[in-house]
Amino acid sequence: MSTVLTLLRKELLLERRVPQLVPAMSLFGVTTFVVFHFALGQRTVEGDLAAGILVVTLLFATILGVNRLYVADREEGGFDAFLLAPVDRTALGVAKAVTLFAFLVLVELVMLPAFAILLLGPGMDLEVVAKLGVVLLLVNLGLSVIGTLVGALAIQTRARDLIGPLIALPLLVPVVIGAARALSPVLSEGGAGALEGRWLGVLGLYDLVFGLLAYALFDFLLED
Amino acid sequence: MTYGNRLRVTSAAAALVLLLAFGLAFFAAGIEADQGFSQKIFYVHVPLAIVALGGFVFGGVMAVQHLRTGDARYDLRSYVAIHIAIVLGVGALITGAIWAKAAWGVWFEWREPTLVSFLIVFLLYCTYQPMRFSIEDPDKQGRYASVFAITAGAFVPLNFLAVRLADPYIHPRVLNQGGGDLPASFRPPFYLALVGMTLLFAALYQYELSHKHSRAQLRQLRRKLGGEVEATGRSAAPQVTGA
Amino acid sequence: MELIGLGRRYGTRLALDDVSLTLATGQTIAIFGPNGAGKSTLLRVLATLLRPHAGTARVLGRTLPDGGWAVRGRVGLLSHEPLLYRDLSPRENLRFQARLHGVGAGRVEELLDAVELGLRADDPLHTFSRGMVQRTAVARAVLHDPELLLLDEPLAHLDPAAAALVEPLIGAASGRTRVVTSHDPAGGLAGADVALGLVGGRTALLAPASDIDVASIGALYR
Repeated sequence: MSTVLTLLRKELLLERRVPQLVPAMSLFGVTTFVVFHFALGQRTVEGDLAAGILVVTLLFATILGVNRLYVADREEGGFDAFLLAPVDRTALGVAKAVTLFAFLVLVELVMLPAFAILLLGPGMDLEVVAKLGVVLLLVNLGLSVIGTLVGALAIQTRARDLIGPLIALPLLVPVVIGAARALSPVLSEGGAGALEGRWLGVLGLYDLVFGLLAYALFDFLLED
Repeated sequence: MTYGNRLRVTSAAAALVLLLAFGLAFFAAGIEADQGFSQKIFYVHVPLAIVALGGFVFGGVMAVQHLRTGDARYDLRSYVAIHIAIVLGVGALITGAIWAKAAWGVWFEWREPTLVSFLIVFLLYCTYQPMRFSIEDPDKQGRYASVFAITAGAFVPLNFLAVRLADPYIHPRVLNQGGGDLPASFRPPFYLALVGMTLLFAALYQYELSHKHSRAQLRQLRRKLGGEVEATGRSAAPQVTGA
Repeated sequence: MELIGLGRRYGTRLALDDVSLTLATGQTIAIFGPNGAGKSTLLRVLATLLRPHAGTARVLGRTLPDGGWAVRGRVGLLSHEPLLYRDLSPRENLRFQARLHGVGAGRVEELLDAVELGLRADDPLHTFSRGMVQRTAVARAVLHDPELLLLDEPLAHLDPAAAALVEPLIGAASGRTRVVTSHDPAGGLAGADVALGLVGGRTALLAPASDIDVASIGALYR
């Protein structure tokens, strides 16, 4: 546990020293909203379309971040330094997942207001924000878990920028389904609809299964 | 030599059972009322898809064995299983498209969750080979491939659940995947075709395994005789060392 | 430390082939050999970063790779890469690694003084010269007071004054068991008890350092 905290502190310190992931992912998200405006020719969106745009933008921003998640460790020998220490190796995976989760929350703090201003038709009142929060919590968990696992896998391949997204995209389809379907009624015109339990169930099950799987498999991705 | 004999038996059994199944499908099974003759492709398409998915999951199970034991032979089995499942998957997608065109007039039907799930799973497994290819060290390649195979193996059922839930409206279909409400005369050829397709998978699986082994043996013999051994170069396939 | 028939492949290429040697506690072995001879691979195997593919390696009384967990934290590796984050300062880097190794912050300050980085200890590493980075890396390698030091050309990028500075930490006088690679026959032999010459992953020379002259080491590179 203390190892996770030590690693986490290092990640946050690095991001604070040289902000890289959070600004890049946020900027990418906002720019994507602009792109969607022109691509769809819509001034405002709601319902299915709004939920889809939000989830897809978040998905691609995550993939952008995952590509950089391990670069410092790989290129500056952080992996070796960590492997030389007498600590539990899974701690690195846990720390990376928590880091990615924290970054996603920060990115969403930028993306959601931008989305409300630029594209979203229905207003964003407290109820909508609360429901968004619940769904995004589960979404972020899934994105962090898969991002941590796929990032660690891709960083050791020669074509890492290609392999990572190619694996992550299909793997995350269930998250997209769960999130988009859950958010569609929340973001629809004429008042926020209820959250459907089964979509939260799908997201929760996904997070649980891949969380455990990533926890069990992460160690195998570290050794040379 | 053991490979040779087993291979012959499995191949013959696969051919026989499949012939019998298709024979029954054409002559004994009834003509489906809505779709007519084109429905017969069902006896190829569904077994293909089921066996391909089974192959993916089997590859995942072998990958678990690989990571648990560290024995590279399990990596080879996992690789071969996934490789053949991908080939059968291509067949399933093509026959599925033909069937969709004949039955519904479109090449792809988003409202058919099984087909959609299958496409997603197939797209995921398409990265298996490129991923292997981009890792040079064979040990690492095997280990990483196994992590992929286990993750993807667990993804198969989860993905089917999510996609099926996503479309509560189920397109009018002749059959459920399990064959539960199949008309009685459709059942024997369907189950026979499923068994035959599984045997075909087994035969292809054994064929590729024995091919890999005999090539490794040949290289070893050449090396012993002091002859030239061509460099293997980089490969996505696991290297077999020794017999 | 004892190696019997140690081998390690990269793909189908043998990076280390049948290397056997013994080294008593407190002794120093100097490894010579041209680029690509397997020196760095040997160090990485001893550091538990690479698994041996053949033979046996006993390090600090443990057999690798199964006993690797008990060896980790007792070896110090100084490799070509500094194993430090470029955007963090020496102090931040060392504190991070000190926490991983369960070492107090006092040791970090002690080492920063020892390698005379006290004044610039809070500047990010990417503003440093190679020599200063190497000094930080030396501090990192001995942070947890390792029993076995694995040094890959430890004096690279260091001027004579800096080399003298790190001598008490990683030199023969440090009292640690040392495995040192070098391209400098005279300098490498000076502090060594045993000399190993590697060519193409194979042992080309293995003898007490006192029995070897500089010329025979020069012959390895031809």
